Amino acid sequence: MNNKKPSLLRSLGTALGVLLVVVVLAYGVNVTKVNFETTRSEDRLTQLKRVIRALVKPDVIEYDTEDTDVEVPFYLPCPADGEIEIPEPDTSGPYLVASAYCASPKEVVIIEGFNFAPGGKGPLNFITASSVKKQLGNIETDEEGYFQMEVEIPTRQPIAEAQQIRATIRRQVGGPKLTETAIVTWEKIIETVFMALLATLIGTAIAIPISFLAARNLMAENNSPLTSVAFSIIGWPIGIAIGGLAAIGIRNLMLYITGSSLINLGGLILCLLFIYLILRLVIKSGEEKEPVMKKVLKVLAYILAAILGLAAMIFLEYLSRSVGKAIIGPLGPFGFLGNFLYQMGEASTLIVPAIAALGTGAVIGSTLGGIGQSISDKASTPTVKIVNLLTAALAGAVLFALIGAGINWLYQINNLIKTLYWPAGVGAVVGLILAVITAPKQALPTGMVVYFITRTILNGTRSVEALVMAIVFVIWVGIGPFAGSLALALHTVAALAKLYSEQVESILPGPLEAVQATGANRLQTIVYAVVPQIVSPYISFTMYRWDINVRMSTIIGFVGGGGIGFLLQQNINLLDYRAASVQMLAIAVVVALMDYISSVVRERMV
Amino acid sequence: MLEIKNLTKIYEGGTQALDNVSFSVKPGEFLAVIGLSGSGKSTLLRCINRLIEPTEGQIIWNGEDITAASQDEMLRIRRKIGMIFQHFNLVSRSRVITNVLAGRLGYVNPAMSLVNRFPKSDIEMAIKQLDRVSIADQAYKRADELSGGQQQRVGIARAMTQEPEIILADEPVASLDPVLAHSIMQHLETINKEDGVMVLCSLHFLDLVHRYADRAVALNEGKLMFDGTPEEIDDDKFKEIYGKEAERVG
Repeated sequence: MNNKKPSLLRSLGTALGVLLVVVVLAYGVNVTKVNFETTRSEDRLTQLKRVIRALVKPDVIEYDTEDTDVEVPFYLPCPADGEIEIPEPDTSGPYLVASAYCASPKEVVIIEGFNFAPGGKGPLNFITASSVKKQLGNIETDEEGYFQMEVEIPTRQPIAEAQQIRATIRRQVGGPKLTETAIVTWEKIIETVFMALLATLIGTAIAIPISFLAARNLMAENNSPLTSVAFSIIGWPIGIAIGGLAAIGIRNLMLYITGSSLINLGGLILCLLFIYLILRLVIKSGEEKEPVMKKVLKVLAYILAAILGLAAMIFLEYLSRSVGKAIIGPLGPFGFLGNFLYQMGEASTLIVPAIAALGTGAVIGSTLGGIGQSISDKASTPTVKIVNLLTAALAGAVLFALIGAGINWLYQINNLIKTLYWPAGVGAVVGLILAVITAPKQALPTGMVVYFITRTILNGTRSVEALVMAIVFVIWVGIGPFAGSLALALHTVAALAKLYSEQVESILPGPLEAVQATGANRLQTIVYAVVPQIVSPYISFTMYRWDINVRMSTIIGFVGGGGIGFLLQQNINLLDYRAASVQMLAIAVVVALMDYISSVVRERMV
Repeated sequence: MLEIKNLTKIYEGGTQALDNVSFSVKPGEFLAVIGLSGSGKSTLLRCINRLIEPTEGQIIWNGEDITAASQDEMLRIRRKIGMIFQHFNLVSRSRVITNVLAGRLGYVNPAMSLVNRFPKSDIEMAIKQLDRVSIADQAYKRADELSGGQQQRVGIARAMTQEPEIILADEPVASLDPVLAHSIMQHLETINKEDGVMVLCSLHFLDLVHRYADRAVALNEGKLMFDGTPEEIDDDKFKEIYGKEAERVG
């Protein structure tokens, strides 16, 4: 080492560094309100002991008990005439003997018990004339069934009649059984595990396609000229509108015919049959040149197939709803299967229009994009430039107008000039500028744009805690595990899509290149070169995520998201620490178990 | 006839991998591409099926300009050009037969291929090609269970199920021992001689060039230094291609 710095300066620097650390630490102590005085406080220590002792005694098992009550009369205060009548105790059974049978408040009396069940426990109570219990202490009998206790007589209104001192000895009868708390906890922990499972499944299904969009190595190759991009941007909203309206229109038309399950079943089968026939007829692979007429017919056939597909989905939806509802009863304990079918029908009511809209959007967007691409490939440079200027301006206007509409929905500005004309104008100008500054046939890095947008959205979503998302979902679908599942699912999408996409980024490029070289299209390349390389890490991450979701779902109940968290919070608020302890124990066991299972599965899979 | 005209490739960042390279290859020819590592051999081969986009120049094949083809047309052109790689580039977690069937992806119904459905005739063809490189018995093993030499034979079978008219072989034997190297080269020779497939093969060892190639082109820092028969590479030419300090081995 060749350090030329003077040693004095160096040590000064070190001293300054140490000082800085101390200052930072001191500030931290101040900000976090560290107060060691409270930790020594007598009261708090007593409380702490009580809570810890309750926590280590989870309320899991209880026994049926049999109480033996023995009473002895007691006068409070002693009668003025001093005359008290105490019956002779029946020494054949358990009996009590007091050192005095009358006393003033706060006096100490010794109570002895004989002939009780040995090793029994229970309270010693003072029973007032109006049958109110006042506990004097806890008694415990020895092997001979004897106990002795000094009690302080409570302060009471003076009454002339005899009141009672009652010893209750509790004996366990029969075997141990689970407490009510344990049973409820069991139900809730099952709910929790399945909440996590559902969230993981839904999240995974959505995260997989998104992860491809967020993988740099796949997206970097996607470059398109401006013409294609502009056409595609114009095509998407048109397609979404057409698809969404078509779905709603077809559903409305079908309202008249979806009356009975038989019609639904027949309709479903017919639709599927027709789709199969159409696709059989139409799809022929890779023919070089086709006459225009045939191409048009082909497109019409695809549209017909898409409409039939939509109809089939709606038939299926009605069918699953009616069949599901019908079999809930007959299936008895397996009625949940019927409910599942019914709910799938309900879900599809929600999802079918979205699928139709997005699907049509994708088709029209990519078709127009393809047209743009071929214009850019074939037409002369000046033509392309003119087309670019026009379409880029239009696309910019459409894009910004849509953003304006979104902003209007959020902030309710309700002023067309601000939310439509201005954004559209600005968008058109931006489009024009883009068309002017780029060379006509220059390939733009569209893939990377999609990549960055996807990444940004994912990062944003991921930074919102599932707990916070749950609050929103509770408002949407009400308090309960469904809201929790949805919140966890959304968080899962964000987290898994990122992890997945990093897996995609780390695959070997060789096989990808090789499959591409065979003339495979992009989708085929992904299925044959990417998917085999990512299946096992995907499974491993999914298992890991389920593990995380179980942990998260245990606390999501704090905000009403269902699961065991609700129970835990309730018991903490009720200061019932023994019950809370059961829930904590359940969480610990389940999390540890999940951890173990997922590590075993991951080891097997990878 | 494959004609390469004034091919130039400049990578982002300014590295010039190919500098105005022109030559042509006759149908049925076995062409060796030689040169030091980094001289542009791999770039040249990948420009031909446009796995790498050339910066300038044309590649004319049977009268069609490959460099001007649209993306869709490119898929149709690529399926007639098989490619073999130094590191085999098999999908190691897939079965051998699946790897070989990947060669049919440019031909089959795309929708069916996505669910791993291939016509019976394609499967038979894949098995036949595996049989030709004598590893048909390994068809249902996972690709990474095979040895290096076997994996490269799967690579050849994959290229051959494309029913190619050109095979691009990018240092196909550089990661194999000399015995295996000869066996792989013999398979390529068979394909070249029996099926009449044009082979463009980059090689490091001159004895392999002498033994198998009809003709050789040499690159040095992206420039074409030599175009002729292997016998014409004398000591002077050798020093021109590989640099003054280079010594001949093998």
